Amino acid sequence: MDTKKVCDKCGSGEAVVHLTQINDNEMSTYHLCETCAAAKGLETAGHQVNVPLGDFLAQIGDEPDRAEAGHEAEACSFCGLTFSGFRETGRLGCPHCYTTFESYLKGLLRRVHGSTQHVGKIYLSPDPTRTELQERLERLRRKLRGAVEHEDFERAAEIRDRIRAIEPPGVNPPVKSST
Amino acid sequence: MDELLQISDFGLSWLDASGGFADIVLSTRVRIARNLQGHAFGPRARVSDREAVLRQVRLTAEKVPTLEGATVAELPKLDGRTRRILLERRLASRELLGDPNTGPARATAVVLAARDPVSVMVNEEDHLRLQGLASGLQLKEVWHLVDRLDEELGQDLSYAYHHEFGFLTSCPTNVGTGVRASVLMHLPGLVLTKEINKVLQGLSQVGLTFRGLYGEGSEVVGNFFQVSNQTTLGRTEEDLVEHLDRTVRQVIQFESQARQVLLRDAAQVTEDKIWRALGLLTYARSLSFEELMNLLSGVRLGVGLKLLPNLRVYTLNKLMIFTQAAHLEQAAGRDLSSAESDAHRAAYVRRILATEGAVEPNEESEAPEGPSVR
Repeated sequence: MDTKKVCDKCGSGEAVVHLTQINDNEMSTYHLCETCAAAKGLETAGHQVNVPLGDFLAQIGDEPDRAEAGHEAEACSFCGLTFSGFRETGRLGCPHCYTTFESYLKGLLRRVHGSTQHVGKIYLSPDPTRTELQERLERLRRKLRGAVEHEDFERAAEIRDRIRAIEPPGVNPPVKSST
Repeated sequence: MDELLQISDFGLSWLDASGGFADIVLSTRVRIARNLQGHAFGPRARVSDREAVLRQVRLTAEKVPTLEGATVAELPKLDGRTRRILLERRLASRELLGDPNTGPARATAVVLAARDPVSVMVNEEDHLRLQGLASGLQLKEVWHLVDRLDEELGQDLSYAYHHEFGFLTSCPTNVGTGVRASVLMHLPGLVLTKEINKVLQGLSQVGLTFRGLYGEGSEVVGNFFQVSNQTTLGRTEEDLVEHLDRTVRQVIQFESQARQVLLRDAAQVTEDKIWRALGLLTYARSLSFEELMNLLSGVRLGVGLKLLPNLRVYTLNKLMIFTQAAHLEQAAGRDLSSAESDAHRAAYVRRILATEGAVEPNEESEAPEGPSVR
């Protein structure tokens, strides 16, 4: 690895961002300090460095009183996994664990993924509620519009079939003659 | 094995190098993790849980169009070599194979589709791991295939799903979409120009990560990098896939530029390296897998730079897969010691190169100061 470099731009700060640019087949590298990099709109590594979850959990262990307060005694009523068991393996035991350790997991998920809210596919259990159906239909219609915009008609037809399959037959209620 | 050999694809369709940027991108893989309600996840599941999961998957597989005619291979019923072949073709994980001494856990299985290049691992860390594998860069196409399989299975199976966290997985790093999309890239240009660390650092800054050839925990050999999304929650599946696609295209550009730099600034060294690699592959009598991978990397670079016009990417892909230990044993029809394996590997490479990669002797570059780049 390189020895410490000085920022190419301000000439004083320690370079922590190494930017490689290629213009007209010329590869050039700039070394920037954090302040100058931020001014250029570049982010430093920070939160998304690749570390295995075990290490990650161990690091969190450095401040046990805050992150784990009140969790040590918890155990999942479905599979029996204890909080310390989870801490050791980094693996949850069953779907119910997500409810048991919910408050702790929220913090963890925020740190790992930067979010706790799933915004992807909406799953319809074999016995879905009305809201679930609505949410899913809306998402599929958005996907359909996207596919049509990209002129991916094969995909669009597939999504349309999915919409038809879950759209209740009475989406457009038959007009009753009022006479 | 006989049962598996009848499947036309059997995890090999990606070898044909038909996908985009096939000289730099070997293959695209998308996997989705899913679990069934009412059962403990893999590591804590009892035998009765595992058996119930496999039973449900079998019943559902029979109704699902994408799995029409699929083969359900239960790992404990396969011989050890066939299991390792599944691993070498990336259809089963090390974890699914279990401890080498005790073998796979009860009710572990792989479902292999007959038509599309999709498969499902059953009772791994998660109850289901759906995967699609195709040649070159084809992220959207592979995502659509696996997404369709997921939709079909989800209509019949009760997935574990949480209103806030999404699809629930054994490891919290997979929760939400459960989607891990990965692209296997060959980046010798960036390695030789020493730009690779910057690129890898850049990947981690944009929420991507990299691994070696065999996924988690495996080392990088032969300049092959598997680039994939790091996070699975808080973005839609399409977002994750598009983001990876965009970034991989950038890395491809960087790699191409780096290769041009090599040709311009270090033509003689580069050309020498490539021809030496081909020479060793053509004449060696013993090759370890790691040595082979490094030599194949050099030759692959030569093909990418059009210095070796007679070799096809397909041939190089084939050399990577069929020279793995279990594949060599399969061809030999018996177990091989490590030394025998190295000899069989070298023999296989010589044979394939002699038939598919003939090097014409009149290809010497004439000008002493520069390579003949066609």
